[in-house]
Amino acid sequence: MMVNLTVDGKNISAPKGTMLLEAIRGAGIAIPTLCAHEAVSRSGACRLCVVEIKKGNRTRIVTSCLYAAEEGLIVDTKSERVLNVRRLVMELLLARCPESEVLQKMAKEMSVEVQPRFVADSDKGKCILCRSCVRVCEEVVGVSAIGLFSRGSDKTVGTPYNEKSDVCIGCGACVYVCPTGHIEMTSTGDKRKIWGRTFKMQTCDKCGKYFAPVDQLKFISKKTGVPMSELTVCTECR
Amino acid sequence: MKNNSDTQPQQLKDDLKLNYGPNKKFVAICAGTGCRAYGSLKVKEALEAELKKQNMNVDVIATGCLGFCEKGPMVVIHPDKYFYQSVKVADVPEIVSKTVAKGEVISRLLYRHPETKKTMFREEDMPFYKKQLRVVFGSNGMIDPTKIDDYLVINGYQALGKVLSEMTPEGVINEVKKAGLRGRGGGGFHTAVKWEGVRKTAGEPKYVIANGDEGDPGAYMDRSLMEGNPHSIIEGMIIGGYAVGANEGYIYVRNEYPLAVTHLNIAIAAAREAGLLGKNILGTDFSFDIHINKGAGAFVCGESSALFASIEGRAGEPRAKYVHAVEKGLWDKPTVLNNVETWANVPLIINKGADWYSSIGTEGSKGTKIFSLVGKIRNTGLIEVPMGTTLYEIIYDMGGGITNGRKFKAVQTGGPSGGCIPESLLDIPVDFDKLYEVGSMMGSGGMIVMDDKSCMVDVARYFLAFLKEESCGKCVPCREGVRRMSDILEDICAGKGTEGDINLLENMSQAIADGSLCALGGSAPNPVLSTIKYFREEYEAHIKDHRCPAGVCKALITYSIDPEKCTGCGLCIKVCPTQATSGEKKKAHTIDNNKCTRCGACIESCKFEAINVK
Repeated sequence: MMVNLTVDGKNISAPKGTMLLEAIRGAGIAIPTLCAHEAVSRSGACRLCVVEIKKGNRTRIVTSCLYAAEEGLIVDTKSERVLNVRRLVMELLLARCPESEVLQKMAKEMSVEVQPRFVADSDKGKCILCRSCVRVCEEVVGVSAIGLFSRGSDKTVGTPYNEKSDVCIGCGACVYVCPTGHIEMTSTGDKRKIWGRTFKMQTCDKCGKYFAPVDQLKFISKKTGVPMSELTVCTECR
Repeated sequence: MKNNSDTQPQQLKDDLKLNYGPNKKFVAICAGTGCRAYGSLKVKEALEAELKKQNMNVDVIATGCLGFCEKGPMVVIHPDKYFYQSVKVADVPEIVSKTVAKGEVISRLLYRHPETKKTMFREEDMPFYKKQLRVVFGSNGMIDPTKIDDYLVINGYQALGKVLSEMTPEGVINEVKKAGLRGRGGGGFHTAVKWEGVRKTAGEPKYVIANGDEGDPGAYMDRSLMEGNPHSIIEGMIIGGYAVGANEGYIYVRNEYPLAVTHLNIAIAAAREAGLLGKNILGTDFSFDIHINKGAGAFVCGESSALFASIEGRAGEPRAKYVHAVEKGLWDKPTVLNNVETWANVPLIINKGADWYSSIGTEGSKGTKIFSLVGKIRNTGLIEVPMGTTLYEIIYDMGGGITNGRKFKAVQTGGPSGGCIPESLLDIPVDFDKLYEVGSMMGSGGMIVMDDKSCMVDVARYFLAFLKEESCGKCVPCREGVRRMSDILEDICAGKGTEGDINLLENMSQAIADGSLCALGGSAPNPVLSTIKYFREEYEAHIKDHRCPAGVCKALITYSIDPEKCTGCGLCIKVCPTQATSGEKKKAHTIDNNKCTRCGACIESCKFEAINVK
């Protein structure tokens, strides 16, 4: 079943249950986001995708990544209130992560400048706490090696007590979904370092290249029942 | 519904009448958390020992909070209802030998009106109580909250009996709708609409929850209800469960409320024992039970979706609520979440009827509301008033006005996310809609009164610092935005405010209110917006003139001694922790501002008001 709605004056339709974000983007209208990654469930943490909706006489700001398209909804993606929220979010993130090129580029596209009244942080790295890494580790990888700690402005992402995690398999999925490149993963020779732990890499039986941490392959073997001996070939040679 | 008349609450009550009655002699002593801190349990022990010593068979009951916390511990001698205040262990022998034994009044223990100096015998004579209408909270003084019999005697569980024997679930919802009950926790949402939603939503099981995660600084209404009359909440929840079709309920209560937890646990066990909770309540086929869930004190856990997350065993973080709790609440099941005080209103509505209930209050806000009155107010305590009572009546008639004869400046209602209301609006009737209109809110009912020595920028700074700590940190506007607002306010109070800060704060407020994930962020800017709205000149004085007109912000004030008023008594020299005050005896003293930390010790010590703050 399709629902019909109006976005920025344009009539569009989308399958029932589609989130506004997809419905709007499907109509060729750009919406910025940082935390809505297709691999993980949505948290609505970054608030960049907000839009203003009108139902009857009531207008309100909603996060388009979590609000399902509805019949007759009137959506404004560029109202003053919407742009005001997005501008503040970008200013706040720029002040939190002054080193992030991704944020700088995004801000430029949105014509948002650094707010001089906010003193730039120096201890947050490039992490905007979008929690995509935590979700991918839990929902996709299934190990929950990292989580969120503390509350409010002290909140951080990491392994419990910042100690080496014994459940982390070094897969790097967290690095892959991180929108700002905060999570560090370095690979040299047969070693991969991530979240403070060093993983031994497996060589491909065919091409001889290091392609995945041994722990990750063991994890896959255990989970799928496929013997280790069949997993030691890289995806390119398979 | 089938029901077994032998176990009806009326029957239970009639059996008890042998032991209780309006003319029964007993001594009630307030033993809420506040009075316990004053030592009321020691007074209770002393009363019991003294009664025994004087061979009198009179019960002493430790009740919940009586409200007049300023004058605790309070002792009320029944049936004459003589009201003694600030009672000490040393007063006990006289109370027993004179008042309990002979009905003689000890006038020094009576309340004395501070202006007329008239002594008053009973609650109803005292200005603090006179204008109150204590329909929810009033029973506190009559019952020992650890005894279910005490609750049964005051018609406890009769509403439940009526509901199960005479009313359909829809009938209960209609009664609550007709009564016009709105949520007491802050939002003011229509209770019956919530209930109706859950009743109609498919999905099993359904849940009812009492929100006892009271976290506003200075607010303790819910605590006092849970401590003082736990059965009223439990009865309300059972009725709610019946109305919406739920068989399970939770009470979410802060672990920092140990007495409330204890009393709730005792009450739940007693209700189970009496067949009022559990399987086949009162012999009907309706079953309902209640669990207690202790929260760890995160302010945000009072927010519905964070509260559900906390009960479910996850971190207390809110989620977007585009699908309401009515459809997907606890464990994604249809859930009614009402505040503790809301639940306690339910048995009253059933017992006395919707017409009676809706005759109290204003057009849009029915019934009474309990407020905690704290800050620079003479009569600190809890009051219950009809909706629509003016702020003036609350602060001056019941509250007795401002302490030390100072001038009223503002009252903060609605907790940290509420707003500050100035003197010019004291005549507004207090109800959900009116408070919202003036930029504040009802919240759960906290009222913090401020005098002319309160700096409104400092007040906003305090609340934003609180909210910064209590933000869960999930969404950017609240986590980062409230922190930055808090930083700017710290700057302004430290004399480092810059031109444009006020506009920036206003702009940020709008974006944070619009963009935050939950109501904590959504209302966090309120203290700033309302103080800018009503006290803008104070912000300007801090920023432009580097001056704190109220003399609070330490970086912006200096202390000096008025040589005309100073008698050279030396007291300020004695109390100064940094040796900043000096001078010869009987000659005017001076303060060295390089050493002075503006702690205020000298001001408090000086009997001649010789210390100026500028």
